[in-house]
Amino acid sequence: MKAPWFEYYAPATLDEALKMLGDADLDGRVLAGGQSLMPMLNLRVADPAMLVDINGIPGLDGIEENADTLSVGALVRHADILNSPAVRARWPLLAEAVTQVAHPAIRNRGTVCGSVAHNDPAAEAPSILATLDGTVIIASAEGRRELPAEEFSQGMLSTALEPGEMVVGLRYRRPPEGTGSGFVEFARRLGDFAIAGAAALLTMRDGVCERARLTILGMGDGPVRACEAEDMLTGKTLANGAAREAFEAAAAAVKAAVDPAEDVHATSGYRRHLTGVMTIRALEKALARAGGGE
Amino acid sequence: MAREKAIEVTVNGITHRKTVSVRTSLADFLRDHLYLTGTHIGCEHGVCGACTVSVNGKAVRSCLMLAVQADAKQITTIEGLRDENGEWNEMQKAFFENFALQCGYCTPGFLTSAIELLRENPDPSEAEIREYLSGNICRCSGYQAIIDAVQAAAAATRAQRQA
Repeated sequence: MKAPWFEYYAPATLDEALKMLGDADLDGRVLAGGQSLMPMLNLRVADPAMLVDINGIPGLDGIEENADTLSVGALVRHADILNSPAVRARWPLLAEAVTQVAHPAIRNRGTVCGSVAHNDPAAEAPSILATLDGTVIIASAEGRRELPAEEFSQGMLSTALEPGEMVVGLRYRRPPEGTGSGFVEFARRLGDFAIAGAAALLTMRDGVCERARLTILGMGDGPVRACEAEDMLTGKTLANGAAREAFEAAAAAVKAAVDPAEDVHATSGYRRHLTGVMTIRALEKALARAGGGE
Repeated sequence: MAREKAIEVTVNGITHRKTVSVRTSLADFLRDHLYLTGTHIGCEHGVCGACTVSVNGKAVRSCLMLAVQADAKQITTIEGLRDENGEWNEMQKAFFENFALQCGYCTPGFLTSAIELLRENPDPSEAEIREYLSGNICRCSGYQAIIDAVQAAAAATRAQRQA
Protein backbone atom coordinates (compact mmCIF):
# COMPACT_ATOMS: atom_id res chain seq x y z
CA MET A 1 0.00 0.00 0.00
CA LYS A 2 0.98 3.65 0.04
CA ALA A 3 1.65 5.80 3.09
CA PRO A 4 -1.28 7.79 4.53
CA TRP A 5 -1.31 11.58 4.46
CA PHE A 6 1.03 13.44 6.78
CA GLU A 7 2.76 16.78 7.06
CA TYR A 8 6.49 16.68 6.46
CA TYR A 9 9.01 18.83 8.24
CA ALA A 10 12.78 18.67 7.87
CA PRO A 11 14.32 20.92 10.55
CA ALA A 12 17.92 22.09 10.27
CA THR A 13 18.66 21.96 14.00
CA LEU A 14 17.94 19.59 16.88
CA ASP A 15 16.30 22.40 18.90
CA GLU A 16 13.87 23.03 16.08
CA ALA A 17 13.07 19.31 15.81
CA LEU A 18 12.47 19.01 19.57
CA LYS A 19 10.21 22.05 19.50
CA MET A 20 8.09 20.47 16.76
CA LEU A 21 7.97 17.13 18.60
CA GLY A 22 7.02 18.92 21.82
CA ASP A 23 3.89 20.44 20.31
CA ALA A 24 1.25 17.80 21.07
CA ASP A 25 -1.19 19.28 18.54
CA LEU A 26 1.23 18.49 15.72
CA ASP A 27 1.40 14.75 16.58
CA GLY A 28 4.92 14.39 15.16
CA ARG A 29 7.00 11.25 14.76
CA VAL A 30 10.75 11.18 14.20
CA LEU A 31 11.81 9.98 10.75
CA ALA A 32 15.45 8.84 10.83
CA GLY A 33 16.42 5.83 8.69
CA GLY A 34 12.80 4.99 8.01
CA GLN A 35 13.43 1.25 7.78
CA SER A 36 10.77 0.47 10.41
CA LEU A 37 8.58 3.59 10.23
CA MET A 38 8.20 3.62 6.44
CA PRO A 39 6.94 0.00 6.29
CA MET A 40 4.53 0.83 9.13
CA LEU A 41 3.26 3.84 7.17
CA ASN A 42 2.96 1.84 3.95
CA LEU A 43 1.12 -0.92 5.82
CA ARG A 44 -1.02 1.77 7.50
CA VAL A 45 -0.28 0.54 11.01
CA ALA A 46 1.21 3.96 11.84
CA ASP A 47 -0.64 7.16 11.06
CA PRO A 48 1.15 10.20 12.53
CA ALA A 49 -0.05 13.66 11.54
CA MET A 50 3.51 14.84 10.94
CA LEU A 51 6.94 13.41 10.21
CA VAL A 52 9.94 15.25 11.61
CA ASP A 53 12.80 14.21 9.33
CA ILE A 54 16.07 14.52 11.28
CA ASN A 55 18.35 13.47 8.40
CA GLY A 56 19.44 17.05 7.70
CA ILE A 57 20.46 17.86 11.27
CA PRO A 58 24.24 18.13 11.65
CA GLY A 59 26.11 16.55 14.55
CA LEU A 60 23.95 13.45 15.04
CA ASP A 61 26.08 11.02 13.04
CA GLY A 62 29.06 10.65 15.35
CA ILE A 63 30.62 7.44 16.71
CA GLU A 64 32.79 8.36 19.71
CA GLU A 65 34.99 6.00 21.66
CA ASN A 66 36.28 6.75 25.15
CA ALA A 67 38.21 4.63 27.61
CA ASP A 68 35.06 3.02 29.03
CA THR A 69 32.32 3.72 26.51
CA LEU A 70 31.23 3.92 22.90
CA SER A 71 28.63 6.55 22.00
CA VAL A 72 26.58 6.68 18.81
CA GLY A 73 24.35 9.51 17.61
CA ALA A 74 20.80 9.37 16.29
CA LEU A 75 21.86 9.30 12.62
CA VAL A 76 24.47 6.53 12.89
CA ARG A 77 23.39 3.84 10.42
CA HIS A 78 23.95 0.12 10.92
CA ALA A 79 26.39 0.31 7.97
CA ASP A 80 28.40 3.01 9.82
CA ILE A 81 28.79 0.62 12.76
CA LEU A 82 29.85 -2.15 10.39
CA ASN A 83 32.45 0.13 8.75
CA SER A 84 33.76 1.78 11.93
CA PRO A 85 37.43 0.86 12.54
CA ALA A 86 36.94 1.40 16.30
CA VAL A 87 33.97 -1.00 16.41
CA ARG A 88 35.72 -3.59 14.29
CA ALA A 89 38.86 -3.48 16.41
CA ARG A 90 37.45 -3.18 19.93
CA TRP A 91 33.68 -3.85 20.06
CA PRO A 92 33.41 -7.41 18.74
CA LEU A 93 29.87 -8.07 20.03
CA LEU A 94 28.53 -5.01 18.24
CA ALA A 95 30.50 -5.81 15.07
CA GLU A 96 29.26 -9.41 15.01
CA ALA A 97 25.61 -8.55 15.66
CA VAL A 98 25.34 -5.77 13.08
CA THR A 99 26.25 -8.15 10.24
CA GLN A 100 22.94 -9.88 10.99
CA VAL A 101 20.83 -6.72 10.94
CA ALA A 102 18.60 -7.09 7.88
CA HIS A 103 20.31 -6.69 4.49
CA PRO A 104 22.91 -4.26 3.07
CA ALA A 105 20.38 -1.82 1.57
CA ILE A 106 18.48 -1.68 4.88
CA ARG A 107 21.71 -1.24 6.86
CA ASN A 108 22.65 1.69 4.61
CA ARG A 109 19.59 3.63 5.84
CA GLY A 110 18.41 2.17 9.14
CA THR A 111 19.79 3.74 12.32
CA VAL A 112 20.86 2.03 15.53
CA CYS A 113 18.97 4.53 17.69
CA GLY A 114 15.86 4.05 15.54
CA SER A 115 15.97 0.30 16.08
CA VAL A 116 16.31 0.81 19.84
CA ALA A 117 13.42 3.31 19.86
CA HIS A 118 11.27 0.89 17.83
CA ASN A 119 12.11 -1.97 20.26
CA ASP A 120 11.17 -5.00 18.21
CA PRO A 121 11.88 -8.06 20.43
CA ALA A 122 13.57 -9.81 17.49
CA ALA A 123 15.84 -6.88 16.60
CA GLU A 124 19.56 -6.99 17.31
CA ALA A 125 20.19 -3.39 18.45
CA PRO A 126 18.06 -3.39 21.65
CA SER A 127 19.54 -6.74 22.77
CA ILE A 128 23.11 -5.64 22.20
CA LEU A 129 22.47 -2.40 24.09
CA ALA A 130 21.11 -4.42 27.04
CA THR A 131 24.03 -6.87 26.94
CA LEU A 132 26.62 -4.06 26.94
CA ASP A 133 24.95 -2.32 29.94
CA GLY A 134 23.93 0.46 27.61
CA THR A 135 22.31 3.80 28.25
CA VAL A 136 19.73 5.59 26.12
CA ILE A 137 20.18 9.36 25.83
CA ILE A 138 16.84 11.11 25.47
CA ALA A 139 16.14 14.74 24.60
CA SER A 140 13.05 16.90 24.57
CA ALA A 141 12.40 20.64 24.40
CA GLU A 142 12.61 20.62 28.22
CA GLY A 143 16.06 19.06 28.44
CA ARG A 144 17.89 15.75 28.52
CA ARG A 145 17.69 12.56 30.53
CA GLU A 146 19.32 9.16 30.42
CA LEU A 147 17.88 5.72 31.05
CA PRO A 148 19.56 2.31 31.34
CA ALA A 149 18.56 -0.03 28.50
CA GLU A 150 16.46 -2.29 30.73
CA GLU A 151 14.37 0.64 31.99
CA PHE A 152 13.99 2.07 28.49
CA SER A 153 12.46 -1.13 27.09
CA GLN A 154 8.83 -1.40 28.19
CA GLY A 155 7.69 -4.37 26.17
CA MET A 156 6.80 -5.22 22.58
CA LEU A 157 7.35 -2.11 20.40
CA SER A 158 7.06 0.17 23.43
CA THR A 159 9.57 2.18 25.41
CA ALA A 160 9.82 4.72 28.21
CA LEU A 161 9.89 7.57 25.66
CA GLU A 162 7.36 10.24 26.62
CA PRO A 163 5.49 12.32 24.05
CA GLY A 164 7.82 15.04 22.77
CA GLU A 165 10.97 13.04 23.45
CA MET A 166 13.40 11.48 21.02
CA VAL A 167 16.43 9.21 21.32
CA VAL A 168 19.48 11.31 20.48
CA GLY A 169 22.15 8.79 21.31
CA LEU A 170 23.22 5.48 22.85
CA ARG A 171 26.18 4.73 25.09
CA TYR A 172 27.62 1.23 25.37
CA ARG A 173 29.84 0.30 28.32
CA ARG A 174 33.10 -1.46 27.54
CA PRO A 175 33.22 -4.94 29.12
CA PRO A 176 36.10 -5.66 31.54
CA GLU A 177 39.47 -7.01 30.41
CA GLY A 178 39.37 -10.73 29.64
CA THR A 179 35.83 -10.69 28.23
CA GLY A 180 34.86 -12.76 25.21
CA SER A 181 31.64 -12.20 23.30
CA GLY A 182 29.31 -14.26 21.15
CA PHE A 183 26.23 -13.39 19.12
CA VAL A 184 24.11 -15.96 17.28
CA GLU A 185 20.65 -15.96 15.83
CA PHE A 186 18.47 -18.28 13.83
CA ALA A 187 16.32 -17.01 10.97
CA ARG A 188 14.76 -18.73 7.96
CA ARG A 189 16.55 -16.36 5.61
CA LEU A 190 19.79 -14.60 6.52
CA GLY A 191 18.98 -11.07 7.67
CA ASP A 192 15.35 -11.75 8.50
CA PHE A 193 14.07 -11.14 12.00
CA ALA A 194 15.41 -13.81 14.33
CA ILE A 195 13.14 -16.67 15.37
CA ALA A 196 15.53 -16.97 18.29
CA GLY A 197 18.93 -15.54 19.16
CA ALA A 198 21.35 -14.92 22.01
CA ALA A 199 24.09 -12.47 22.90
CA ALA A 200 26.67 -13.45 25.51
CA LEU A 201 29.63 -11.94 27.31
CA LEU A 202 31.89 -14.01 29.57
CA THR A 203 34.67 -12.41 31.61
CA MET A 204 37.20 -15.07 32.50
CA ARG A 205 40.09 -15.16 34.96
CA ASP A 206 42.16 -18.29 35.65
CA GLY A 207 39.44 -20.50 34.20
CA VAL A 208 36.70 -19.02 36.36
CA CYS A 209 33.81 -16.95 35.02
CA GLU A 210 33.94 -13.63 36.87
CA ARG A 211 31.03 -12.00 35.10
CA ALA A 212 28.39 -13.18 32.65
CA ARG A 213 25.92 -11.29 30.49
CA LEU A 214 23.29 -13.13 28.50
CA THR A 215 20.44 -11.63 26.49
CA ILE A 216 17.82 -13.55 24.52
CA LEU A 217 16.14 -12.11 21.44
CA GLY A 218 13.06 -13.11 19.53
CA MET A 219 11.17 -13.90 22.74
CA GLY A 220 8.81 -12.04 24.98
CA ASP A 221 8.21 -8.35 24.91
CA GLY A 222 11.67 -7.01 24.23
CA PRO A 223 15.25 -8.01 24.83
CA VAL A 224 15.23 -10.51 27.71
CA ARG A 225 18.20 -10.47 30.07
CA ALA A 226 18.66 -14.01 31.36
CA CYS A 227 19.65 -12.96 34.89
CA GLU A 228 19.18 -16.39 36.47
CA ALA A 229 21.51 -18.00 33.94
CA GLU A 230 24.02 -15.17 34.44
CA ASP A 231 24.04 -15.83 38.18
CA MET A 232 24.45 -19.57 37.62
CA LEU A 233 27.53 -18.98 35.44
CA THR A 234 29.18 -16.36 37.64
CA GLY A 235 31.85 -17.93 39.83
CA LYS A 236 31.82 -21.22 37.89
CA THR A 237 34.95 -22.90 36.64
CA LEU A 238 34.59 -23.20 32.87
CA ALA A 239 38.06 -24.47 32.03
CA ASN A 240 39.11 -28.03 31.21
CA GLY A 241 35.83 -29.18 29.73
CA ALA A 242 33.68 -28.02 32.63
CA ALA A 243 31.92 -25.52 30.36
CA ARG A 244 29.54 -27.93 28.62
CA GLU A 245 27.67 -28.89 31.76
CA ALA A 246 27.49 -25.28 33.00
CA PHE A 247 26.22 -24.06 29.63
CA GLU A 248 23.59 -26.78 29.46
CA ALA A 249 22.35 -25.85 32.91
CA ALA A 250 22.24 -22.17 31.86
CA ALA A 251 20.32 -23.09 28.70
CA ALA A 252 17.82 -25.13 30.75
CA ALA A 253 17.26 -22.12 33.02
CA VAL A 254 16.74 -19.86 30.00
CA LYS A 255 14.29 -22.30 28.42
CA ALA A 256 12.30 -22.47 31.64
CA ALA A 257 12.22 -18.68 31.95
CA VAL A 258 11.11 -17.68 28.45
CA ASP A 259 7.53 -17.74 27.27
CA PRO A 260 7.77 -17.68 23.49
CA ALA A 261 4.83 -16.70 21.35
CA GLU A 262 3.49 -19.00 18.67
CA ASP A 263 3.14 -17.59 15.19
CA VAL A 264 3.36 -18.49 11.51
CA HIS A 265 7.15 -18.77 11.73
CA ALA A 266 7.50 -21.17 14.65
CA THR A 267 5.61 -22.94 17.38
CA SER A 268 6.19 -21.97 20.99
CA GLY A 269 7.95 -25.26 21.71
CA TYR A 270 10.28 -24.92 18.73
CA ARG A 271 11.19 -21.37 19.75
CA ARG A 272 11.93 -22.56 23.30
CA HIS A 273 14.14 -25.36 21.96
CA LEU A 274 16.00 -22.96 19.66
CA THR A 275 16.55 -20.55 22.53
CA GLY A 276 18.45 -23.25 24.40
CA VAL A 277 20.55 -24.06 21.34
CA MET A 278 21.31 -20.38 20.69
CA THR A 279 22.25 -19.85 24.36
CA ILE A 280 24.80 -22.65 24.29
CA ARG A 281 26.29 -21.52 20.97
CA ALA A 282 26.61 -17.89 22.09
CA LEU A 283 28.25 -18.94 25.37
CA GLU A 284 30.64 -21.30 23.57
CA LYS A 285 31.70 -18.53 21.21
CA ALA A 286 32.18 -16.11 24.09
CA LEU A 287 34.27 -18.61 26.05
CA ALA A 288 36.47 -19.41 23.03
CA ARG A 289 37.08 -15.72 22.44
CA ALA A 290 37.91 -15.16 26.10
CA GLY A 291 40.76 -17.59 25.50
CA GLY A 292 38.87 -20.77 26.37
CA GLY A 293 38.99 -19.86 30.03
CA GLU A 294 42.48 -21.24 30.37
CA MET B 1 5.31 22.66 6.04
CA ALA B 2 2.92 21.48 3.49
CA ARG B 3 1.70 18.36 1.85
CA GLU B 4 3.61 19.22 -1.32
CA LYS B 5 7.25 20.15 -1.74
CA ALA B 6 9.48 21.18 -4.63
CA ILE B 7 12.54 18.96 -5.04
CA GLU B 8 15.56 18.79 -7.31
CA VAL B 9 16.80 15.28 -7.94
CA THR B 10 19.51 14.07 -10.29
CA VAL B 11 18.61 10.71 -11.78
CA ASN B 12 21.02 8.95 -14.13
CA GLY B 13 22.84 12.25 -14.67
CA ILE B 14 19.76 14.33 -15.49
CA THR B 15 18.52 16.89 -12.96
CA HIS B 16 14.76 17.05 -12.51
CA ARG B 17 12.81 19.78 -10.71
CA LYS B 18 9.40 18.55 -9.61
CA THR B 19 6.76 19.29 -7.02
CA VAL B 20 5.69 16.12 -5.25
CA SER B 21 3.30 15.09 -2.53
CA VAL B 22 5.38 14.59 0.63
CA ARG B 23 4.02 11.06 1.11
CA THR B 24 5.18 9.90 -2.33
CA SER B 25 7.85 7.22 -2.08
CA LEU B 26 11.02 7.52 -4.11
CA ALA B 27 9.94 4.39 -6.01
CA ASP B 28 6.63 5.96 -7.04
CA PHE B 29 8.39 9.22 -7.91
CA LEU B 30 10.78 7.41 -10.26
CA ARG B 31 8.01 5.41 -11.89
CA ASP B 32 5.05 7.79 -11.99
CA HIS B 33 6.71 11.21 -12.21
CA LEU B 34 9.83 10.44 -14.23
CA TYR B 35 8.36 7.40 -16.08
CA LEU B 36 11.44 5.36 -15.21
CA THR B 37 9.47 2.15 -14.83
CA GLY B 38 12.53 -0.07 -14.70
CA THR B 39 12.46 0.29 -10.91
CA HIS B 40 10.01 -2.40 -9.85
CA ILE B 41 7.80 -2.39 -6.79
CA GLY B 42 7.23 -5.75 -5.12
CA CYS B 43 6.22 -5.57 -1.48
CA GLU B 44 6.36 -1.86 -0.54
CA HIS B 45 7.75 -2.66 2.89
CA GLY B 46 11.40 -3.35 2.28
CA VAL B 47 11.36 -7.14 2.20
CA CYS B 48 11.71 -8.11 -1.47
CA GLY B 49 14.47 -5.82 -2.75
CA ALA B 50 12.94 -5.31 -6.22
CA CYS B 51 12.90 -1.51 -5.83
CA THR B 52 16.56 -1.18 -4.80
CA VAL B 53 18.26 1.82 -6.43
CA SER B 54 21.52 3.62 -5.75
CA VAL B 55 21.31 6.91 -3.81
CA ASN B 56 24.59 8.84 -3.60
CA GLY B 57 26.39 5.60 -4.40
CA LYS B 58 24.63 3.46 -1.78
CA ALA B 59 21.98 0.79 -2.39
CA VAL B 60 18.66 1.88 -0.90
CA ARG B 61 15.12 0.52 -0.88
CA SER B 62 13.26 3.17 -2.87
CA CYS B 63 9.93 2.08 -1.35
CA LEU B 64 11.26 3.02 2.12
CA MET B 65 12.52 6.46 1.21
CA LEU B 66 10.35 9.46 0.49
CA ALA B 67 10.82 11.36 -2.76
CA VAL B 68 11.30 14.55 -0.71
CA GLN B 69 14.25 12.87 1.04
CA ALA B 70 15.92 12.48 -2.36
CA ASP B 71 16.12 16.27 -2.74
CA ALA B 72 19.65 17.25 -3.90
CA LYS B 73 20.68 13.58 -4.15
CA GLN B 74 22.22 11.63 -7.05
CA ILE B 75 20.27 8.54 -8.02
CA THR B 76 21.13 5.70 -10.37
CA THR B 77 18.38 3.37 -11.56
CA ILE B 78 18.47 0.38 -13.90
CA GLU B 79 18.01 2.83 -16.80
CA GLY B 80 21.34 4.47 -15.90
CA LEU B 81 23.58 1.40 -15.89
CA ARG B 82 24.73 1.56 -19.52
CA ASP B 83 27.99 3.39 -20.14
CA GLU B 84 28.35 6.56 -22.23
CA ASN B 85 28.56 4.48 -25.44
CA GLY B 86 25.29 2.76 -24.65
CA GLU B 87 27.02 -0.51 -23.75
CA TRP B 88 25.73 -2.69 -20.94
CA ASN B 89 27.95 -2.78 -17.92
CA GLU B 90 29.70 -6.00 -16.92
CA MET B 91 26.96 -7.05 -14.52
CA GLN B 92 24.22 -6.63 -17.12
CA LYS B 93 26.27 -8.61 -19.65
CA ALA B 94 26.93 -11.36 -17.10
CA PHE B 95 23.21 -11.61 -16.19
CA PHE B 96 22.39 -11.95 -19.91
CA GLU B 97 25.09 -14.51 -20.61
CA ASN B 98 24.33 -16.63 -17.54
CA PHE B 99 20.54 -16.64 -17.95
CA ALA B 100 20.32 -14.93 -14.58
CA LEU B 101 16.78 -13.76 -15.15
CA GLN B 102 13.56 -15.43 -16.02
CA CYS B 103 10.58 -13.10 -15.60
CA GLY B 104 12.91 -10.17 -14.91
CA TYR B 105 10.85 -8.60 -12.16
CA CYS B 106 13.56 -8.82 -9.49
CA THR B 107 16.42 -8.06 -11.90
CA PRO B 108 16.78 -4.27 -11.41
CA GLY B 109 17.13 -4.75 -7.65
CA PHE B 110 19.53 -7.66 -8.02
CA LEU B 111 21.71 -5.67 -10.42
CA THR B 112 21.89 -2.68 -8.07
CA SER B 113 22.78 -4.88 -5.08
CA ALA B 114 25.30 -6.96 -7.04
CA ILE B 115 27.03 -3.86 -8.42
CA GLU B 116 27.36 -2.46 -4.90
CA LEU B 117 28.77 -5.80 -3.71
CA LEU B 118 31.55 -5.73 -6.32
CA ARG B 119 32.35 -2.11 -5.47
CA GLU B 120 32.95 -3.15 -1.86
CA ASN B 121 34.46 -6.54 -2.57
CA PRO B 122 35.89 -7.18 -6.06
CA ASP B 123 36.45 -10.91 -5.43
CA PRO B 124 33.58 -12.26 -3.33
CA SER B 125 33.24 -15.94 -2.48
CA GLU B 126 30.02 -17.76 -3.29
CA ALA B 127 29.02 -17.54 0.39
CA GLU B 128 29.67 -13.80 0.42
CA ILE B 129 27.54 -13.32 -2.71
CA ARG B 130 24.70 -15.33 -1.19
CA GLU B 131 24.94 -13.34 2.02
CA TYR B 132 25.02 -9.98 0.26
CA LEU B 133 22.11 -10.79 -2.03
CA SER B 134 19.99 -12.31 0.75
CA GLY B 135 17.87 -9.15 0.76
CA ASN B 136 16.72 -9.65 -2.83
CA ILE B 137 14.05 -12.21 -3.59
CA CYS B 138 13.69 -13.99 -6.95
CA ARG B 139 10.38 -15.83 -7.08
CA CYS B 140 11.38 -17.70 -10.23
CA SER B 141 14.06 -18.97 -7.82
CA GLY B 142 16.86 -18.58 -10.31
CA TYR B 143 19.41 -17.95 -7.60
CA GLN B 144 22.15 -20.26 -8.85
CA ALA B 145 22.29 -18.53 -12.21
CA ILE B 146 22.39 -15.15 -10.46
CA ILE B 147 25.34 -16.28 -8.30
CA ASP B 148 27.09 -17.54 -11.45
CA ALA B 149 26.51 -14.17 -13.13
CA VAL B 150 27.95 -12.20 -10.22
CA GLN B 151 31.03 -14.42 -10.18
CA ALA B 152 31.42 -13.97 -13.95
CA ALA B 153 31.03 -10.19 -13.66
CA ALA B 154 33.57 -10.11 -10.84
CA ALA B 155 36.08 -12.06 -12.94
CA ALA B 156 35.47 -9.86 -15.99
CA THR B 157 35.85 -6.66 -13.95
CA ARG B 158 39.09 -7.87 -12.37
CA ALA B 159 40.45 -8.89 -15.80
CA GLN B 160 39.62 -5.43 -17.16
CA ARG B 161 41.43 -3.73 -14.30
CA GLN B 162 44.54 -5.84 -14.86
CA ALA B 163 44.54 -5.22 -18.63
